[in-house]
Amino acid sequence: MSTYTDKIREIAQRLLKECRVEMVIGFRQGSMPMMNEPCFVRKPEEVDRLVWDSNCGINLANYLTNRKEKIGIVAKGCDSRNIVTHILENKVKREQLVIIGVPCQGMIDKRKIAASIQGEILAVSETGGQIKVKSAGGEKSFNKNEVLQQNCSVCVHRNPVIHDEMVAAPVAEQTDVDQYADVNAIEAMSTEERWEFFEKLLAPCIRCYACRNACPLCYCPTCFVDESKPQWVGKSQDPMDVRTFHFLRAFHCAGRCTDCGACERACPVGINMRLLTKKLNKDCLELYGWQAGLNLDSRPALDVYKANDPEDFIH
Amino acid sequence: MKVIKIDKSQWSQTLEKIRGAYRLFGPVKEKTFHNFTELSDGQSPDLAFQNTRLSPKSLVFPQSEVMLNYSLDEADADHHVPKEAPKDYSPRAVIGIRPCDAKALALVKMNFDTDQYKDPYWLNLYNATTFVGLACDAPCGTCFCTTAGCGPFSEEGLDVLLVDQNDHYVAKALTDKGTQLLQKTGSKETTAAAIETAKIAAEAKITAKIETDNLRGADMMALYKAGLWEDISFACLNCGTCTFSCPTCWCFDIQDEVYRKKGVRMRNWDSCMFPIFSVHTTGHNPRDSKLSRVRQRFMHKLKYFVDKYDKGIMCVGCGRCVRQCPVNIDIRKVSALMNQLGSEARCAVKGS
Amino acid sequence: MSAAQAASSVVKTPLREEPVENPYLPYPVRIDDITVESEDRNLKTFKFVFLNPDDERKFAYNAGQFAELSIAGVGEIPIGIASSPVEKGFIKFTINKAGVVTTHLHNMKVGDIMGVRGPLGNWYPWEMLEGKNVLIVGGGFAFTTLRSSIIYMLDPANRKKFKNISVVYGARSPGMLLYKDELIAWEKRDDIHMNITVDSTNDPGWKYNVGFVPPITEQKAPQGDADSYAIVCGPPIMIKFTQPVLEKLGYDHDHIILSLENRMKCGIGMCGRCGIGRELVCKDGPVFTLAQVNRTPKEY
Repeated sequence: MSTYTDKIREIAQRLLKECRVEMVIGFRQGSMPMMNEPCFVRKPEEVDRLVWDSNCGINLANYLTNRKEKIGIVAKGCDSRNIVTHILENKVKREQLVIIGVPCQGMIDKRKIAASIQGEILAVSETGGQIKVKSAGGEKSFNKNEVLQQNCSVCVHRNPVIHDEMVAAPVAEQTDVDQYADVNAIEAMSTEERWEFFEKLLAPCIRCYACRNACPLCYCPTCFVDESKPQWVGKSQDPMDVRTFHFLRAFHCAGRCTDCGACERACPVGINMRLLTKKLNKDCLELYGWQAGLNLDSRPALDVYKANDPEDFIH
Repeated sequence: MKVIKIDKSQWSQTLEKIRGAYRLFGPVKEKTFHNFTELSDGQSPDLAFQNTRLSPKSLVFPQSEVMLNYSLDEADADHHVPKEAPKDYSPRAVIGIRPCDAKALALVKMNFDTDQYKDPYWLNLYNATTFVGLACDAPCGTCFCTTAGCGPFSEEGLDVLLVDQNDHYVAKALTDKGTQLLQKTGSKETTAAAIETAKIAAEAKITAKIETDNLRGADMMALYKAGLWEDISFACLNCGTCTFSCPTCWCFDIQDEVYRKKGVRMRNWDSCMFPIFSVHTTGHNPRDSKLSRVRQRFMHKLKYFVDKYDKGIMCVGCGRCVRQCPVNIDIRKVSALMNQLGSEARCAVKGS
Repeated sequence: MSAAQAASSVVKTPLREEPVENPYLPYPVRIDDITVESEDRNLKTFKFVFLNPDDERKFAYNAGQFAELSIAGVGEIPIGIASSPVEKGFIKFTINKAGVVTTHLHNMKVGDIMGVRGPLGNWYPWEMLEGKNVLIVGGGFAFTTLRSSIIYMLDPANRKKFKNISVVYGARSPGMLLYKDELIAWEKRDDIHMNITVDSTNDPGWKYNVGFVPPITEQKAPQGDADSYAIVCGPPIMIKFTQPVLEKLGYDHDHIILSLENRMKCGIGMCGRCGIGRELVCKDGPVFTLAQVNRTPKEY
């Protein structure tokens, strides 16, 4: 991973020196184990801030919305797909961007690691495919594949789909993954079981909106939950209002979500709201053969009409 | 003040004696983390925790709270005239609140208990509650309470301090309320000698710091106009994780909700991080940028509050925002930058 | 939470030793009269009478304060008090139809029951203004607390406490001026110098000024000195351009008094919403001197 970091710095420095961009958006070292902070660099001499490791799970496309500068942006596979979506939805222009592609081998799930460690995690380091965790209770090593974020473990678009620079040769894409096992399990439930499942899933929500705000798709100037004329949703902790928020947000992401996992990663109370968006991803794939953000030439599923569009779900 | 010894073998029996006179609240583990909740009959608090994911502020300041009830039915005598919502203000005891969180409630009290106005809901719950604090023996790496005007054995805001001594707890009453609670236990008295030793050991374990010494004297507008905010605020998602998990954040929204002909006026936690927090009816938003909202949060905690009350910063060093911010914005780093600038801004004023 | 759920919470004996006055409880009032003030019908003046006569005594206020108008089932809105402390038996508010609550209020009728919570905030510094010249500069529908102030100062019991009183008041057009009958009556008096203006008009019979408030202030307002204060209330753009004019006229920043607006909820300094720097507009304000405002972030 340190070679990725070196290469990102080298490219960023060149782009800034040559004035091809006004800023480079990437990650800097965080103040906590397994946390990095999205940041920008404007001067060539500041590129040493930039880092890359398996803790860069926040989706940087989120930081492009409505920006007007020429920007260099570090992008792993999912980020690049959201950049494509941003360009298609006119949130940023292709000409503004120099995309620094990062072939990705997945981001680690700090909660998964924390759950299998006694006591507080003090330091985490990464060499090759090994994650070494130092905690109050001693040291423990993990194979990185065992502690990936769930979305990364089933990801089939690890390489950037669009890029101007690459920090390394593409990695092999995963082919042998069951992408929708979790969704299938929910689909197999009875209505009552499903209702109970969603009730439990969303019960811890505190409506901090970290999921929405971490999502590059959620750029509405005023989110429907914040509208007052008319007010669509109550503002209290009433479970019906909490569910309305999550369900409607998921539908608003239909055909646009890249399953980058930023929402789940951002949630302070550990809700896997990805299950909702993933179901709609699966429907888009099955009904329209559509996966979001793979290229700039095709319009999103909900943006086009075809005479042979399936319609048996209309009753 | 009274000091007693409670053998751990007698812990649940002791709790039952207290339960006779109080509703009990304490930390409980839900899936992967602890939060405060009401303890059901026979349930003990789970004291094997560093700190809860959310602060216990909801015990006196629920995230959603009905304030007033009213009827919109014109057949009712008092239709359209709101009345105070009836509440249960019978005695409660919180078992296992950390000293930082208790100090936080004492800070927040300055907002809700003023000469001019008193918030009846917050104050009634606060006054009904006896806070039994659990001293911190194993603070988190992100705890910086000792430099935030607090500490792992801090007594401010507590009625009882509970110190874990392996096979027993030493419980020290700090207020009359605390003495009353300890009297219910019937446990035998002991001395507070062990507490001081444990306190020194715990304080030594806290290595994280927040730098604040120049904030009081700093020029407010110089800090406000400083160039550091773009870099600090860049990563921010403007979510409410920091404010909702913070024990000292108290901002709220007021909403009316109606079901058929009955309605309530309620309050819900709100956050200065949300754009709609400050937007006017005209659409004008005085804090219309991410930068201005992030600046508001840190300036409020580290400067405006300091200047307004002269009681230090509006932060007790619990470290929740540091641990939970999805993009790792760290108040310790922000305070260090402000503090450094504060020393420059003050020097410039002196030199001129 | 539904109301039904909310109301069914367990009730035990409260511990409260003595009842704390609940500052969130509005005084019930009845709408006694509604006057359409402006030609666009977006401004109406509501006259309220307290349902419990004793509440009027508790609502004792000063000119410059505001109150939360409280409609059960809809919400609350902070509005400057347009009636004057010297007017008894009612309170009055002039309301611009803009948001959820004000739109609902505009559709209410005489006899309807609602609530008023207050008086809230500070007021124009009447003790300090005694023995001084007072210049009032107002624009648009922000003239409400200025009307309250003028009525207060012109009251026979008070007029002698103040030296010269001058007013510059402007609106977009003649039909948008508030309190027209009173303006005409004041125009005829010799103990107050009125300068009424409109941005523009087609009315050939218009006998007053035409022009924006700042230039009219520059032409017509008296010079400032140690014995003179200016009270300014109006839309942000008017305040912005009036400020340099007042400076030119010789008004010091601590002699220029402003009434700020910000988004509010509680009105009593608890909910934190209207904070600017260490001040809360609802409780520490809304009245500030320009000198104070200059030391505060411009987040209003």
